[in-house]
Amino acid sequence: MSQSKIKFDKKIVLSFWIILIALIIAAPTILPVFRLNLLGRYLSLSIVALGVDLIWGYTGLLSLGQGIFFALGGYCAAMYLQITSSSEFPNNIPEFFALYGVEKLPFFWEPFRSPAFTFFAIWIIPALVAGLIGFLVFRNRIKGVYFSILTQASLLVFFNFFNGQQKLINGTNGLKTDVTQLFGQMVGSESMQRIFFWVTAILVIGAWFFAKWVVKGRFGNILIGIRDDEPRVRFTGYNPVIFKTIIFSIAGGLAGISGALYTVQSGIVSPQFMTVPFSIEMVIWVAVGGRGTLLGAIMGAVFINYAKSLVSEALPASWMFIQGGLFILVVTALPEGVLGWIQGDGPRNLLQRFGLKRKIETYPSLEINNEAKK
Amino acid sequence: MNNKNLLNLIDITVSFEGFLALNKLNLNLNKGELRAVIGPNGAGKTTFLDVITGKVKPTKGEVIFKGKSLIGRNEHKIARLGVGRKFQSPRIFENLTVKENLEISVTTPKSPLNLINKNIKDEQLDEIERLMKIVNLSQKVNLKAGSLSHGQKQWLEIAMLVGQKPDLMLVDEPVAGLTDEETDLTADLLKSLSGENTVVVIDHDMEFIRRLDSNVSVLNQGTVLCEGTMETIQKDKKVIDVYLGRPED
Repeated sequence: MSQSKIKFDKKIVLSFWIILIALIIAAPTILPVFRLNLLGRYLSLSIVALGVDLIWGYTGLLSLGQGIFFALGGYCAAMYLQITSSSEFPNNIPEFFALYGVEKLPFFWEPFRSPAFTFFAIWIIPALVAGLIGFLVFRNRIKGVYFSILTQASLLVFFNFFNGQQKLINGTNGLKTDVTQLFGQMVGSESMQRIFFWVTAILVIGAWFFAKWVVKGRFGNILIGIRDDEPRVRFTGYNPVIFKTIIFSIAGGLAGISGALYTVQSGIVSPQFMTVPFSIEMVIWVAVGGRGTLLGAIMGAVFINYAKSLVSEALPASWMFIQGGLFILVVTALPEGVLGWIQGDGPRNLLQRFGLKRKIETYPSLEINNEAKK
Repeated sequence: MNNKNLLNLIDITVSFEGFLALNKLNLNLNKGELRAVIGPNGAGKTTFLDVITGKVKPTKGEVIFKGKSLIGRNEHKIARLGVGRKFQSPRIFENLTVKENLEISVTTPKSPLNLINKNIKDEQLDEIERLMKIVNLSQKVNLKAGSLSHGQKQWLEIAMLVGQKPDLMLVDEPVAGLTDEETDLTADLLKSLSGENTVVVIDHDMEFIRRLDSNVSVLNQGTVLCEGTMETIQKDKKVIDVYLGRPED
């Protein structure tokens, strides 16, 4: 029985990938530009959700400050785009500086003239900031709700700083990217957006495989160990501080990539990326999709955001209620999230309740798991 | 203090906001010794383990392990020096399989880079197999540890402790909630571990302690009341007063 089941699973996996790749290639021709752009944005959000799943679903660190790293990635990308497209403006610096009487480019903009630097900065800067914040917090053994509050406080600090610095990064107005140039093309143009969509789709798959690689094997088991019983991990001879710092840093890097992709597809990065509700939403996507499933985080991010835009078009102002209701439903009825529920015994239990499926007499693991039968 | 000593606790005092959990406790352990520690509730048995493993920093006193002071070292550093601990209620990783639990314990070095980069070494896999045979869990390798029975969890944790290859094993109430048969097997297992390892067992169960047939230290109000064989301490007037009560027969 198990042999044929494995083969069956393989077929499902293979057809899943064929359909997925076909959809990604075909999407730009099927979907209108507006919808394609939305899908691309939501796919980029799924990368930050993957990071949230790594730190929260696997390691038990509920961060409410992922917006920091998301925005940092976005700012890195936007600064590069602005500076390479500023040759026509006064002093050859981005246009907004003129509004505040700034004539000389602030020093930290300089490295962003280099595309290579920017390419690395997009993920390394958020990863370093996350690593630093994480190390200080974890070394002092701050955890649980105190960790969550601290990350949210850091988010507010970053928000207020970015919001107030007109002369450095255009403050509350943010940096626009859609009218900038990349490789001689307008970033906001249709052909560029199509390329960004494909880049995003590839990076989502890449990030997914990367996350799977991180959590598989003994490293991932230690993360789960830290989530379930951190002192026990210590007494076994592991230093949880290092493991937590690494995974928080990885999540920060993923958030940066996500923020950069989101920025170029939405046309602007602003301190709005660092508001409290947005970072909480990231957690909701993962909670609804399914903690500790990775795929659930991706699906949660894409579906909830797509639902958000559809509902907002049909019934403006009602989305917040629906989102809140969804979160309450998941917390009370499906604590493992939708994918966690499906992977568990959820569907079978539901069918049994309506008498549609035979009840099993012993523990499910004894009937299904051949190993246990021995 | 002589060379044979693996562990010396010297005048350990632990004060929790004025309450003395341990009060000038002195205790020496020889290499290869099996030692039972008993005492009424609140005598400081668990605090005593917390001090050795670095969870609690003593207000005063010194802990010397293999000639090195343990004071001020972090838990994981003390564990790497060779102090292993089994907790009162079984603390295993319930969401991991039996094998994954044991992998965590036998893996060396315990650095992130080693864990993410390399596969587990063959000799460590052999060690896991050996451990699973000892504690009779070979059939349950790929089951979630959370689905084991209470006794099996206790044994899995003991196996994890052994897999860490510690020089000093601290075992807190290993037979709580076990059947008589399981208790006997556990006693035999612990006895077989001593000699090569140094084992400290904390328990209430007199039958079990008797079966261990080892030296016993009696703790009371944070200090060592009496030390000796089971017979000696059973005859000790002070011990009878605070702990044993009148002899049953």
